[in-house]
Amino acid sequence: MVLFWAPLQGLEDFLKSIFFRWISTVYVEVIRGTPILAQVLFIYYGLTAVNIGALTSAIIAITLNAGAYIAEIVRGAVHSIDKGQHEAGRAIGLTEKQTMRYIVWPQAFKRMIPPLGNQFIISLKDTSLFSVIAVGEVLYMAKQYYNSTFEIFETLIMVCIFYLIITIPTSIILRNVERKLDV
Amino acid sequence: MITVKDLHKSFGDNEVLKGIDAEIKSQEVLCVIGPSGSGKSTFLRCLNLLEDVTSGEVEIDGDVLTDPKVDINKVRSQVGMVFQHFNLFPHKTVLENVTLGPVKVKGMPEAEAKQYGAKLLGKVGLGDKAEAYPESLSGGQKQRVAIARSLAMDPKVMLFDEPTSALDPELVGDVLEVMKDLANEGMTMVVVTHEMGFAKEVGDRVFFMDEGVIMEEGDPNQIFDNPQNPRTQSFLSKIL
Repeated sequence: MVLFWAPLQGLEDFLKSIFFRWISTVYVEVIRGTPILAQVLFIYYGLTAVNIGALTSAIIAITLNAGAYIAEIVRGAVHSIDKGQHEAGRAIGLTEKQTMRYIVWPQAFKRMIPPLGNQFIISLKDTSLFSVIAVGEVLYMAKQYYNSTFEIFETLIMVCIFYLIITIPTSIILRNVERKLDV
Repeated sequence: MITVKDLHKSFGDNEVLKGIDAEIKSQEVLCVIGPSGSGKSTFLRCLNLLEDVTSGEVEIDGDVLTDPKVDINKVRSQVGMVFQHFNLFPHKTVLENVTLGPVKVKGMPEAEAKQYGAKLLGKVGLGDKAEAYPESLSGGQKQRVAIARSLAMDPKVMLFDEPTSALDPELVGDVLEVMKDLANEGMTMVVVTHEMGFAKEVGDRVFFMDEGVIMEEGDPNQIFDNPQNPRTQSFLSKIL
């Protein structure tokens, strides 16, 4: 869901509508400028009227949050491609769309890989914040456990190890992808 | 072939072109010289609408580019452009750089485009570099690939924007040689250049531009040996 939502936002610059651009800017600035913990609570309690439940609230929160950051990554990468590339594409008669598709995007995509990997790991860790709305993720379970056993230190070490088991291999895979793509 | 009428171009408050009138004939090689900031590159870029024209008219082979109804992509596909900094596509091989236009714009079958591209690379002396990536080439080789990429669209006119300015001096010759061959084959060319030797030898006509206007035009011998305008005289005395 995050992956689907984010590129849509990144296309903002190419959807020329001023209205769409305005919405996108507001979206990115509001999400980037407020704490994710506040966003999670806001969506959970703010949407109690529609009663979507804790897990759905959590998924919506992380999607909106990562989407804003990924939109900026996509926009930054596209903007970083030299203007001359675009001109060269147009000069041989490619349309705007073709120029983006065959010339700009493939180059921009390569540059997105490192920051996207970074964002993936950040979002993964952000899921621990869902414990505040009682989503049964790792930290929430850990809290319940040490509240009855008082083995706080040991339990939290286990939580950290759990995250590292996911994040370290992710880092390694990302580094390999980067090397393959020669970023 | 190309007719330019009262062409004006402003960037904000800064008027870069202050009324250019020009007529470029088929098979003619026109060299545009002048100090930096004189508007010569902007003039060239207006000829395929890489810059929006503020006012005036540009007509190429019957198509009025400045008419909003004209299909600008179609016109651009018939006007080749070679840039100072090559602007090769770094994620594509040399051959793919050349075949992209024919395949995507003209709808040429991939296999045919490859053959055609290989032939053009041979023509610019880079037949053995087809599978290489641009980053492995020297500046002179990159610029020759860029010329082949433009030629692949079979253009009616070729525009050169200071094609040798970013090259090491010893690499300039190869590029000029390719351009000379093109001129001899009868390609219509507009060349913004600082290579006075090339302008003199290959050019049919020279424009001297300064402060957004064509200060003086004439055949190369007249411009270089017997310039009339004091601005031309002062410019040439500084660089020759």
